Order: sequence, then structure tokens, then C-alpha cells
Amino acid sequence: MTIHWKEYNAASCYDELIAVEGPRPAAAALCRHLAALGDEELDERRDAVALAIRAMGITFTVYSEEEGSIDRAWPFDIIPRIIELHEWRRVEAGLIQRVRALNALIHDIYHQQRIVRDGVLPAELLSGSKNFRPECVGIDPPYQTWAHICGSDLVRDQDGTIYVLEDNLRVPSGVSYMLENREVMKRVLPEMFENYSILPIDSYPSQLYTTLAALSPRPIKYPEVVVLTPGIYNSAYFEHAYLAQQMGAELVEGGDLFVDRDDCVYMRTIHGPERVDVIYRRIDDLFLDPEAFNPDSTLGVPGLLRAWRAGNVALANAPGAGVADDKVVYAYIPEAIRYYLGEEPILPNVPTYRCLYPDECGYVLDHLAELVVKPANESGGYGMLIGPQASAAELARFRQLIAEDPRNYIAQPLLNLSSVPTLVDHCTAPRHVDLRPFILSGRDYHVTMGGLTRVALREGSTVVNSSQGGGSKDTWVVDLEDSQE
Amino acid sequence: MLSRVAQNIYWLARYTERAENTARLIGVSTHLQLDLPRAVRPGWSPIIAITGGDELYRSHYQGYSEVDVVRFLILDDHNPSSLINCLKWARESARTIRDFLPRESWEQLNESHQLACEEQYRGLAQRTRYAYLSRVIQSIQGLTGVLAGTMSHDAGYAFLRIGRNLERADMTTRIIDVRSDDLLPESSELHPYESIQWMSVLKSLSGYQMYRRQMQQAIGWGPVLNFLFKDRQFPRAVGFCVAELRSELEQLPRSEEALELATALLEEISQIDPDHLDPEGLHRLIDHLQLQLGTLHQAISEGYFSY
Repeated sequence: MTIHWKEYNAASCYDELIAVEGPRPAAAALCRHLAALGDEELDERRDAVALAIRAMGITFTVYSEEEGSIDRAWPFDIIPRIIELHEWRRVEAGLIQRVRALNALIHDIYHQQRIVRDGVLPAELLSGSKNFRPECVGIDPPYQTWAHICGSDLVRDQDGTIYVLEDNLRVPSGVSYMLENREVMKRVLPEMFENYSILPIDSYPSQLYTTLAALSPRPIKYPEVVVLTPGIYNSAYFEHAYLAQQMGAELVEGGDLFVDRDDCVYMRTIHGPERVDVIYRRIDDLFLDPEAFNPDSTLGVPGLLRAWRAGNVALANAPGAGVADDKVVYAYIPEAIRYYLGEEPILPNVPTYRCLYPDECGYVLDHLAELVVKPANESGGYGMLIGPQASAAELARFRQLIAEDPRNYIAQPLLNLSSVPTLVDHCTAPRHVDLRPFILSGRDYHVTMGGLTRVALREGSTVVNSSQGGGSKDTWVVDLEDSQE
Repeated sequence: MLSRVAQNIYWLARYTERAENTARLIGVSTHLQLDLPRAVRPGWSPIIAITGGDELYRSHYQGYSEVDVVRFLILDDHNPSSLINCLKWARESARTIRDFLPRESWEQLNESHQLACEEQYRGLAQRTRYAYLSRVIQSIQGLTGVLAGTMSHDAGYAFLRIGRNLERADMTTRIIDVRSDDLLPESSELHPYESIQWMSVLKSLSGYQMYRRQMQQAIGWGPVLNFLFKDRQFPRAVGFCVAELRSELEQLPRSEEALELATALLEEISQIDPDHLDPEGLHRLIDHLQLQLGTLHQAISEGYFSY
């Protein structure tokens, strides 16, 4: 059977493509086209996707106890998510505003801490923060920018409002999948690109290179920019290699680099040692430098922090930037935007209860079964409580966890994430999605056109992480005024 | 260029070359068995000897049946140099330097690896073996072509060609060594199958046609050995490989030591005179050449990869 959009039912949430009365304007042509495809043609396209993904070697790594680490093909759905350009422009402005405030906040935290002295951010948040790095106090990175690459997760609730769910300021990943998804799509549905004005996304690697090169401590025309990876067994290794390749930068591992007596960083090459200016590091703070942090780390470079503090090498993101992506600090970002920029936040936070405050904590404990509870420093969906789906034992366990360490927890209402039609056998069914755009900052700001749409492939699920059954879709920012109807 | 990257390119080249040579060897051996009467068939044990895996083979198999030998060479996981393991290691080497390789070459290598794995059982059955091996060889040749056509011919490419030529020279000496084992320099009475066996030596190296064109001499001990050691036009002749490798070394920085070794080796090769060699002397010569190739590998490895 072919796809019948009238039978498509996403009534329980906001659907990105299909409104109650039928496809949204930006999705109309796509929906018509898909409905016109027979089963065989749909199968053909799907096979073409599988083939392209396999041939392109797009994989992510999953760890399992039996098999160690294995490469899985990237799960991809051929129906794209579509965003209209005029809506995207507002989101883009909101993201830049947010990242400006985030960088101002991090810089302030490692300097005078005005925001604490002025009573906007409670001091105990910092004293208890796992990602606050005393080694970073007083450092002045170029452009006072700490989070050069930020991946913020956006979700849309039932009423259509887009919220920021979290900011990822340490080593956010996913951008390579965004770029590869578009490549796959162009191979599989080329005809749609002729009819639609889909804004291109492929300038990201060169924007990233420009952002990084501008951080070079040596004022030379071709600074040495490298991507530092933990190695091929890291789950995001594919991305590290991809970005290095796309930027024409060296992909280095800790063992390729060393810090000499002059406190400069060098890499081992066939010509002998060569000076490195900028390191796009994809290794967590604590593994960066066994001299400064975890002495057991074999991934890092001894002396790297010393070289960075001396201003002889730029690190992106800067060490210590993670202090602002703590899920509790998150709750204060709208206030930080007002405080540092004197502006009203364009993109709202998801309403957040901070267990740090006794009254908010009381509310959370009374309504635990309705709320989502998150610990401050976990990512990938780990360590969370989803109240409405939790057993009595889990609720009791979290009640105790919160009571023991209220500072470490926040709670949010369970959002009804928006959906996008997703191919299930030969039909489409709504599946929940989020969106991770990437924001570059430094000398200038740049936001990806759209971002990575992650989709929870299991019916009813809202867990979009690839490690837990999530997939992804291409994301089209479409200029309707310029599209052929 | 990073030392680690150079090292991985070098091994990528060696492993893909080894995979291709293994595929050729199996193909030609299969044919040779059909060409010769039972009494003079060399059997399958020499093939194992060529790959240097005799001890390993004997710890897992009894006897040298065609099925066992071919299985060992194509897909046995115990054999680190099996066709599939070579492609697997080539892929692993490439994986860590994906940023450095042209994207198409990575795709091509993936395809080769998938093809060799997914259709491995076609390689075991005699009827489908030829088609399987041809496709694998073509696929690897495709990789060589993509690299030649899309990768900058820079230092990285030099390491690729060095790895390939070193591996190829090594394989050619092994094939000569094992295949000439039961062949005599001057057969007093006419050995009816001698020329077929010399042809198989050439064919193992895909060199029969080129030999014919180049040498215009009857097939036999002297001319074949001259061709396979000293020819400077045939890409699988030992002399050709070492000359290629030498000219690549000239492009690289800090190559003095390796260059000296390659020059000396080339000089030795040009002095080889097969007509004054008996089978025992040939053995010793080949042992010596392989040792020299090993020393050259050592010099490259210590000079560039792990200084």
C-alpha cells in the first residue's frame, strides 16, 4: 500500500509535518511525492539508503559486554524534518543570544564572579560543581570565549513552543551525522532538492576551521589546527575523523603530541617535531592532561594545560567550559541572559524546578510521579527518572537521592515531544524527535542551518539517543518563498 | 605528515597488496592443479609454504587437502594473513587515518572487505572460486586506481608505494623460492611438464604475457629468473619493485639510511646471474634478499614511525 496521509494520526502531540487538517505548507510537496510512491519504490529508496550508509561507512560505536565495541550502521529515516526559514531565523537569533550569555557566564565564573556577588547565581552551585576547574581561574582565552562549539538540544511541546532542553558545552557531537544525512538524502531523494529551496548546510566544516584558526596564538597565515581524538574506539570517532578530513586538519591522538620545555605543543611528523597552534579537542577535561588532571589518562598530553595557561596553544572548547552545562546551572541561563546582555531570552527554558530551593524541592517531592528528574552531570539520558513511567521502587529511590543531595537534581514536567512521520514497514507513523543545532563562537557567530534531528524509533518513546534505540533524519530549513510549488 | 599516519598508510598498502597476492596465488594454483597429470601435481602444500604459514597451518589441519588449504588462505581466522584478515587489517589501518585518505578510497576498501566476507563461501567451491577471486582482485585494483587518481602524490602516497613495493618484492621472492624448488637448471632429459611449471611461476605473478613480450625466449630457468629478478619494466619483478621504492624514498625527508640500503640492494639484484646458480644457491640468494628487505623495512620503520 502507499502512504495515505489522511490515516496518519499524530493527534497526541504537535507534528512537525502534518497538522490536523493535513500536511503543513512547507511539507505539502514532500507529502504528495511520498504518497505517490508505491511500495516497491519506497523499498528501493530504503535499500538505497542502507547501501549509501554502508558504502559511506557511516557508523557509530556501541559498547556491549559480550562483543566489546562494535560499529553499527547509523539508523536513518528517509522522511525529513522540515522547518520554515522564517521560524528558523528566530531560533537562530535565540541560540546566538544564549551562547553569548553562556560564554559571558563562564568567563565571569573564572574571574570576579559578579553574577554570584550580585545574588543572581547561588554560590553553592559553583562550590559543588563537578565541572568547575580551579586550574582555569584567571585565564583569558581569545575573545573571552570558552565554549567555541556548543550543541543545544531543542524540543517542541504540544502547543508548538520550542524550548531549550539542555546545552552541551564540553564535547558536543552529532554534527557529522547532520552533514552525512544530507549527503545520503541527496543520493536517495534527489528530485526533492530540485523542487524545494532547501538551504545548504555544508559550510559547517569551513566555518569551524575559520573559528578555530582565529584562536591561534601565533599571528601566522596558516596556523596548525589539529583535532585531538581519544582514538578509534571512541563512540564519536567517526565524527572526529570526518571533521578533520573536511577541515584539512590533522587528526591526532594524545601520543602524537608532546609539550616541550618551551611550553609549546608539538606533533611527531615524518619531518620531525612540528609546532601546534590550535587543538579542537574531543577528549573530556579530566583526560586532557595527566599532569594536571587524571594521572592515569593515557589519552591526553602531559603538560597540555601548562601550555594552554601560558597562552602557547588554544584549546577548543576551553577546559572548564562544562561548568555552564551542568543541568542545575541550566536553570539559571534565562537569568544570565538578562544579567549579562540586558535582553529577554528569545528561546525559553523548559520550566525547571531546582531542588536546591526548599520550596521547589517540596513541590518536586510531592509531584514526583508527574515529573522528569535529572542529575546535574549526566548525559546520554543516563541516571534520569521519568516519573509517569517509573515503578514505586524507583520513585522511592529518587526521593531518597534528592533528599541526600538536593543541589544535584532538577525536575521538569514531562514534555510531549513533537513528532515527524517516520517510515514503519510501508506506512508512516509519528515518532518523537528533538533537534540539536550547533553554534560556533569566537571572533564571529555561526549557527548550523537546522541541525541534527534525532528520532526515537520505538513507538511512544521519547529517548532519542543513538545508544538507546534512537535514529536520525535529515533536517530541511526551507525557504517557501523561493520554492517551486 | 604525522608519523602515525605514515605508518598506517604503509601498512594499508602492505595488507591490501598481500590480500591481492593471496587471491592471485589461490587462483593460479587452482588452475595449475588442473593442467598437470596427477603424478606431477605439486599439491597444495607449496602454497602454504609461500605464505610462510606452514607451522600455523599444521597446528590446525591434517594434510593439505584443497578444501583445507583454500579455507586457511581465504577465511580462516587463525591465519593472520588470510585474504579476509588482510583486508580487515587494511581496513583497520585505514580507519584510523580516514581523515587523510580520499573518501572514495575508504568506500572502495569497505566494498572490497564486504565483498570478500559476504561471498567467502563462493571462494571455497571450485566452480565459483575463479569468479570470486577475480572480483576480489578487481576490487582491490579498484582501490589502487582510486588512490592513484584521487590522492595527492605527496609524502603519504610515497609511503603507500613504498609499502606496496616492499610487500610485492617480498612475495615475488617467496613465489620463486617455493615454485622453483623441484625445478632444475638444466634438465638433462626433457621434462615434459617443466615449461608448464615455469609458466605457473610466471602466472602466479601475472607475468606470463609480459614475459613473452619482453623476453622472446623459451621458458626455462635462466630467462624466467632473469625476468623475475632483474626486469625493470615488469611491475612484479623484484628489481622493479626495489627501484620504485628507491625513487619514492628520494622524495622523502630524512631518508638517507633507507636510501643507502635500497641502492645497495638494487645493485646486488642487478648482479644476479641465474646461469651460475644451482637450486641450493638460489635458496641462499633468496634468503639473503628477504633479509635485506627486512632490514629496509626496519630502517623505514625506525626512521619515520617510531623515532
